[in-house]
Amino acid sequence: MQTAQVVMVTGTHAAALAVKSARVDVVPGYPITPQTGIMEALAGMIESGELDARFIPVEGEHSAMAAAVAASAAGARVFTATSANGLLYMHEVLHMASGGRLPVVMCNVNRGIFAPWTLWADHQDSFSQRDTGWIQYHCSSNQEVFNTILQAFRVAEQINIPVMVNFDGFSISHCLMPLTLPPQEDIDRFLPPYQPEWRLDPAHPSSFSNVTNAPEYAVFRRMLADDILDAIPLAKQAAREYKDITGMWDGDTIDTYRLDDAEVVVFAINSMAGELRLSIDILREQGIKAGLLRPRLVVPFPAEDIINALPRNAQVMVLDRNYNFGHPGGILASELKSVLFGRRNDVTVKNRVMGIGGVDLTRRFMAAEIRAMMDE
Amino acid sequence: MATSIKKLPDTEQVLSGNGSCGGCPATMALRIVGKALGPNAIMLLTPSCAVASMGMTPRLGYNWPCMNICFATAGSSASGIAAALEIMKEKGRLQGELPTVFTWVGDGGTYDIGFQALSAAAERNDNFIHFCYNNEAYSNTGVQRSGATPRGSYTTTTPAGKRQPKKNMALLMLEHNIPYVATATVAYPGDLYDKVVKAKNIPGMKYIEILAPCYLGWQFDMSETVQMSRMAVRCGAWLLWEAENGKITFNNPTSLIISGKKDPDPVDEYLMKQGRFSRFLKGPDAAQRIAEIQNDINYEIVFMRERAKIAV
Repeated sequence: MQTAQVVMVTGTHAAALAVKSARVDVVPGYPITPQTGIMEALAGMIESGELDARFIPVEGEHSAMAAAVAASAAGARVFTATSANGLLYMHEVLHMASGGRLPVVMCNVNRGIFAPWTLWADHQDSFSQRDTGWIQYHCSSNQEVFNTILQAFRVAEQINIPVMVNFDGFSISHCLMPLTLPPQEDIDRFLPPYQPEWRLDPAHPSSFSNVTNAPEYAVFRRMLADDILDAIPLAKQAAREYKDITGMWDGDTIDTYRLDDAEVVVFAINSMAGELRLSIDILREQGIKAGLLRPRLVVPFPAEDIINALPRNAQVMVLDRNYNFGHPGGILASELKSVLFGRRNDVTVKNRVMGIGGVDLTRRFMAAEIRAMMDE
Repeated sequence: MATSIKKLPDTEQVLSGNGSCGGCPATMALRIVGKALGPNAIMLLTPSCAVASMGMTPRLGYNWPCMNICFATAGSSASGIAAALEIMKEKGRLQGELPTVFTWVGDGGTYDIGFQALSAAAERNDNFIHFCYNNEAYSNTGVQRSGATPRGSYTTTTPAGKRQPKKNMALLMLEHNIPYVATATVAYPGDLYDKVVKAKNIPGMKYIEILAPCYLGWQFDMSETVQMSRMAVRCGAWLLWEAENGKITFNNPTSLIISGKKDPDPVDEYLMKQGRFSRFLKGPDAAQRIAEIQNDINYEIVFMRERAKIAV
């Protein structure tokens, strides 16, 4: 019987270790800061034989995603990673992956997008791909990155929809944190080998992603729109079973902290939500009944789970690390308001955009912002 | 000697009832390619006439698993399939002989939008055959200019005739040091067949470009596709050659033109038979314009003759 190991690794290395544990077959990769560490680690593991897979050193992210979808259609388990402009460069092929129902898993290490250039984190990159039909997780620690990649493969392969696992550049990607590595036999039990329902096979000539007439096209799109909602129960099931096997828990579709009796609920995602636990403690010390509601799943948006988790008459403070251009505030706030409308009229929602392009989000700064929002 | 058309295998991978135009050279070429590759292959298609004519979902006019891919991704998609097949075979998840992976792509998806990914796949020497069926324009979208459109040709985006010569794509691929590069055209089916058979048995990246005279884009009678293809070779506007491991060999009848044993036919008749040159060649300076096109052809003949002498 193997036992769990604890190692000190960066977020990018935690991601690479998860990909190795998932026993992927093909990894197309292209460097971009702050994701590069994932590709470097995987290329090294494949070269040394530690990971039995093929690395394809492509010439750009558009090709990285193209090679990924093609390898997936051939029947392989596939992973790639990117950030910011690399993710935007993939845009067309992201649609092909979801429309083609290919369960590729990708890490997007969040970074603000050009122009002007920035290297540091915000969430404009992944939110600008919100409507590509990909499932999107957001993680708040190295351990959660590791755990979520394994859960992502499971969900992706259950419903044939690709999954993007997001985590912030630098504050997660480049920070060392302790990481618990479950025994490989446990991971193999959680994530069985990929057995595609269909693959490109000369024994069964058929077309794939070919031209469709309008009625058939509409059916394909409708199926994707319906099926992506199934990611909500499947993500919950994956989180529960992962906990049963490994003992680790990051939340399911949502994660909460001191929420039960909260009057002020902070609503945020990714690394800032990790820091926000400390802000909540500060506010509690000041006599404010604050709590945290952090969606792990952002697409599909876990509407019912959020509605059920919000305490009565809560003041919800949405902290967005992105802009919803053409609207005041950020995209997370718009998403939240759209699900609360008509369902939770007892709740008020306030919104601030912060942390753009890596502006530092400390526990004290965010606690002060929340206090100021209460007075608005 | 190239294999006689009478000796080609009976196997048909292009099925009857597909949606291509009458006299379509790309479909003729694909039929020959199918005879050489047989059924154990995976076909990748970028947006092009071949997609428009393959039949609509769920019907399929080609007897292979066929994947439609994004326009710019022939090189990277084929690399993904090749890598997946190899590792799955290594891990024991696939048995038997691995299928040939091939792309079937027009000149737009090769010369223009697909060039970057193709160049990278060649540099990695990934294991597949890239076929470019070159009809010298974006015929599928109604004939617009591409990097393969020759000087003087009318397209809907070069209404007065293209001002620049085409680029030598096959030579550019050769300069990536891939193990096999060949050119072909539909008037010489045995030559095409032999080249595909050869490519199929070479590991690494192979590039085969097939001149495909398109009656719609070139504006000639659809019964004359093969004749137009033959005229292009005889006047030197299309050179038949192949290169194994970097060594260039010219094929008949191009070899006779290159060696000087036979003069190329003057380009006039080839140009005049096509409506696409008629506007460019109208007017008092027609002779000078024909001379410009002739110069482009002469340049390529001389350049390729000299390039072939470099063998390291």
